[in-house]
Amino acid sequence: MSATHVPVGGHFGRFGGRFVPEALVQALDDLEAAFHAAQADPAFAQRLARLQADYGGRPTPLYLAERLTAYGGGARIYCKREDLAHTGSHKLCNVLGQGLLAQRMGKPRLIAETGAGQHGVATATIAALLDLDCVVYMGEEDCRRQRLNVVRMQLMGAEVVPVRTGTRTLKDAISEALRDWVTNVETTHYLIGSVVGPHPFPLIVREFVRVIGTEIRAQVLEHEGRLPDAVIACVGGGSNALGAFHPFVDDEGVRLVGVEAGGGGLHTGRHAATLSGGSEGILHGAHSFVLQDEYGQVQPTHSVSAGLDYPGVGPEHAWLRDTGRAEYLAATDAEALEGFRLLCELEGIIPALEPAHAVVPALRLAGELGPDGVVVLNLSGRGDKDVDEVLEVLELTEGARVPTNPAGEGRPGAEAPTDPAGEGGS
Amino acid sequence: MSAAPTAGAGTAARVREAIRVANADGRAALVVYLPAGYPDLVTSRACLEAAAEAGADLLEVGFPYSDPLMDGPTIQLANQVALDQGLTPRDDFAMCAQLAGRVGAPALVMTYFNLAWHYPPAPAGAEPGGIDGFAADARAAGLAGAILPDLPVEEAGPWRAVAERHELATVFLAAPTSTDARLAALADASTGFVYATSTLGVTGERQTLSGMAAPLVERLRGVTDKPVCVGIGVTTPAHATEVAGFADGVIVGSAVVEAAGRGGPEAVRDLVASLARGCRRG
Repeated sequence: MSATHVPVGGHFGRFGGRFVPEALVQALDDLEAAFHAAQADPAFAQRLARLQADYGGRPTPLYLAERLTAYGGGARIYCKREDLAHTGSHKLCNVLGQGLLAQRMGKPRLIAETGAGQHGVATATIAALLDLDCVVYMGEEDCRRQRLNVVRMQLMGAEVVPVRTGTRTLKDAISEALRDWVTNVETTHYLIGSVVGPHPFPLIVREFVRVIGTEIRAQVLEHEGRLPDAVIACVGGGSNALGAFHPFVDDEGVRLVGVEAGGGGLHTGRHAATLSGGSEGILHGAHSFVLQDEYGQVQPTHSVSAGLDYPGVGPEHAWLRDTGRAEYLAATDAEALEGFRLLCELEGIIPALEPAHAVVPALRLAGELGPDGVVVLNLSGRGDKDVDEVLEVLELTEGARVPTNPAGEGRPGAEAPTDPAGEGGS
Repeated sequence: MSAAPTAGAGTAARVREAIRVANADGRAALVVYLPAGYPDLVTSRACLEAAAEAGADLLEVGFPYSDPLMDGPTIQLANQVALDQGLTPRDDFAMCAQLAGRVGAPALVMTYFNLAWHYPPAPAGAEPGGIDGFAADARAAGLAGAILPDLPVEEAGPWRAVAERHELATVFLAAPTSTDARLAALADASTGFVYATSTLGVTGERQTLSGMAAPLVERLRGVTDKPVCVGIGVTTPAHATEVAGFADGVIVGSAVVEAAGRGGPEAVRDLVASLARGCRRG
């Protein structure tokens, strides 16, 4: 592994690459050139840093979650508070960078895909800020699940296009955005929302989100005087996780743990755990892992969280898994809902359902590491958008509640200081 | 390079020869796209046969894929109808093998790269999977080549090698945004013909032909003497006539797919016959 982790010829090991219609190749070359020119331009870096701070609210805090730590009874658990960034998630880091890049390239129109709506909202935000036209593709099913975010995008002047093809979720929103880009490539920048897609997107997005991990590194050193034992984050396409992981890749003592959406459980086939349950393939322009059938047809996915409901994953994650540098596991819908509730009730933080997937695995990890350990959980977004969905799912499943401690399997030893499940309906 | 195609020179040569014969006859070659399995496998074969009988010089058989990035609503919908029946690329190859026994026009498979890349090994285990197995089965099904619109020339090394080994014609897409250097590279990599996309955009019917097509073909003429066919948005016989004025072949997809959905093989026959008349020059 090189120290710089620059993909060679657009590839991370055998993953990545550029599998796109010819019409897009020139645009990708132009984007790559513009990105490198911007990286070399101190004025660009300065403007980006100023916007990240004054507009975006960075650095976001690193918060020691004391009650969650006590509940787990193991390692100290810190939450990286990306939920406190402007627009309510880590997504703003990427869109600020790409938005400025689009402006630099003279493209007056932004398009984006969105699953949970967080990236769509972030893109609409930057489009308003930079006075660019904005069209966001969103699966029809996700428009329903994340209605609040649809309204937010519209308030900021974006056009939200419901996608009615295929599975009507994030995968199809990306396909539709790529079709738009093939058609309007000369005037449009495709502001992709994760470390997925053809080269150079996985590289560019990673470089714009790695500020998360850079901040974590400095903050945890300040709090603890040492590096953490583990950094844990949810993985859909994988941008918040890669942003948190990347500055630690060369620190071999730091475990990097990605948590995918296990849906109803890997054995049910109803999940979105691409690295745990998928196989190698080519989707949306890159060679990575894909949830597909034996013939390479991409399969419908399932997750309670729209933002993780994606049958692909960023090629650099596939490579980090392949080299053994990062480990990936899956958390089920029920575990995600439990994590959601624990953060609400123990910490007074309503998390997005996406990072809620990482809470129960973080508690397990904290148990393994013991009281001297330090775990950083990347809390990639806030959960206001998810409240309707959570209520609906809880009503459909457990009457009102999911069990606090499902069959006691592998949970950290300590007893919960209180029984948060015992206090009645929400 | 332009080795004169001769009998036994391999299936790839059949593609160039079909275009050359049409051109020698005073017309642009007519290339017709139809998806396998739409509206069902047997009818799709009948539609392809009808297209060949009505004057198509080359056939493109679409193998439906779950995420067709280059396709507009008409072909997406047709793809979905085929996928909903549970048809697999193996079923599609079986249909192509029957087709090859019944029509003289060479046929090429047109699909997305993942279906080739992820092609499963034969159940008996005798054959490899992946692009090698896909190419072997394409050849065994009597196909003359393959068009993979999401495979740009930089990523195509392994595919070009297996296509050569199995004597399948390669066809790369050229776009109005391609630089001259890229046009030269993709033309060099194409052993069948160069697929010039008339416009930026996905497949679908258009009212008027894009003004970008003729300049693109002109630029291709500057870098290659291989045949150039124009597709994407070519819809009517009048469009065909316009394209025949500057290109070696005319590719029509969505309009024929729409006809297949509307009126089956008979509607395909009527439309293709009028498109074939449109391909005549002078």
